[in-house]
Amino acid sequence: MKLDDKLFLVRFNTDKASHIKITDSNVCLQQCQDKPCTRFCPAHVYDWDEEEKRIAVGYEGCLECGTCLIGCPYSNIDWKYPRGGFGVSWKNG
Amino acid sequence: MENFDVIVVGGGPAGLSAALSAAHAGMKTVVIERGDYPGTKNVMGGILYTKATDMVVPEFWKEAPLERPIIEQRLMMLNGDESIMASYRDPVWASEPYNAHSILRVKFDRWLAKQAEKAGVMVISETLVEDLLYKGDNVSGVRTGRAEGDLGAKVVILAEGVNNFLAVKAGLAKPLKPESVAVTVKEVIALPKETIEDRFCLEEGQGATIELYGDSTAGMMGVGFIYTNKDSISIGVGAILEPLIRDKWTPNDLLEYLKAKPYVKRLLQGGETKEYLSHLIPEGGYTQVPKLHRQGVLVVGDTAMLMNSLNREGSNLAMISGKIAGEVAAQSIKTGDVSDQAMAVYETRLRDSFVLKDLFHYRHMGEFFANNPHLLKFYPELFTKAINLYLTADGTPKKQRQKEIIKMVFENRSMGDFIKDIYGAWRALL
Repeated sequence: MKLDDKLFLVRFNTDKASHIKITDSNVCLQQCQDKPCTRFCPAHVYDWDEEEKRIAVGYEGCLECGTCLIGCPYSNIDWKYPRGGFGVSWKNG
Repeated sequence: MENFDVIVVGGGPAGLSAALSAAHAGMKTVVIERGDYPGTKNVMGGILYTKATDMVVPEFWKEAPLERPIIEQRLMMLNGDESIMASYRDPVWASEPYNAHSILRVKFDRWLAKQAEKAGVMVISETLVEDLLYKGDNVSGVRTGRAEGDLGAKVVILAEGVNNFLAVKAGLAKPLKPESVAVTVKEVIALPKETIEDRFCLEEGQGATIELYGDSTAGMMGVGFIYTNKDSISIGVGAILEPLIRDKWTPNDLLEYLKAKPYVKRLLQGGETKEYLSHLIPEGGYTQVPKLHRQGVLVVGDTAMLMNSLNREGSNLAMISGKIAGEVAAQSIKTGDVSDQAMAVYETRLRDSFVLKDLFHYRHMGEFFANNPHLLKFYPELFTKAINLYLTADGTPKKQRQKEIIKMVFENRSMGDFIKDIYGAWRALL
């Protein structure tokens, strides 16, 4: 089963503003060869945008596990919890 | 600003247990939860242990939304399409006093929060706690994300889950490292009750668990799991973040890899995925347990790294730590002393209980597996090869076959290496 189909099953109360920021996009472009965030995020929130030369952040699909905050080798992802009442809302847990 | 005796940050098993015991001791208690209601942000495998839960809500099984009592635990070791399995079953576990149940956290945590409310706890949902408030050096409450959202308290209990933002801000914990968390993804897959019971050889209503080691995580430190719910199966896999990054896996690919294993595939066949979830498991063990207290603050559950991954116990450690924290908070408030020294009673009581005793017992385990990455690849390969040789009836006389097996075993690893592995495992696990 494809990840996109699985994410379609998840319920979200999406906030208008993102709760995730890339602190310095130059770090992604110039220092980070491997871009592991594009793999380790279970929801594939992070994707390398080759045209824009930056990491595109699909915060709307964030499952709020916190992996990115710990896994980014440059501590370049400023990940916080969404505002109270927003974000993922599990049906089963 | 409204004032409370005890503010609990986070409505999971640890936080709600803390709130229940504080309220039972007469404290004006509030739980602040960032989800729509307690449960909607919470994930575990999930197995709930009876003894610990009973200590928080006596005879909870009569009312709580549980899935199935677990009567059988299987341990599997995978190597490619091969598998070795050991299992233990006792049907007595299907009746009181039980040992453990499978649960789904959205339902269970919501129920537990209702019990807390019945005991007088106020539950404020959809509210994120952003920081602690201080009067000088003393903690005096919390700042929430709401307008005029400051709340005062004599004691704040941090049950914020594995992501320890507030514990770090309060100088109690360090930011987590890729070596000390397991990225875990899970699917809840719907199947008819009877199908589940037939596939797992269960009587009506009974449940079973499977933990899968070795190739379930492509040899990375971690574990796969399959738990039976009432009319669904929870299947998941968790691997330590550091090797997951190094081996360039995506969590979902790892879960699909496990689901494709022949034994697993057949258990799930025809099921419909209802939800895909992810969560971090705190795997730092004893050496990564943060400072558990300071003046006016106690740290419980996942935030306190209270997780015994070998025995896949977490919810029970969370609930007992919460219960003790609530009691210590109440006692300290009653005596008018919420100093760090008074709060330290919490740590002493955790050290006297299985919670920190178990973590201390396994304190070498993380390091042992991290330093011996061959263990989860080499041994499953060796054991399956040896058993395959032994069980293959191809006309080879058994005496000759046994010699071949022994030769094969020592071709791959010397006697000295084996002794080193066994000694290491002994020291880490026993």
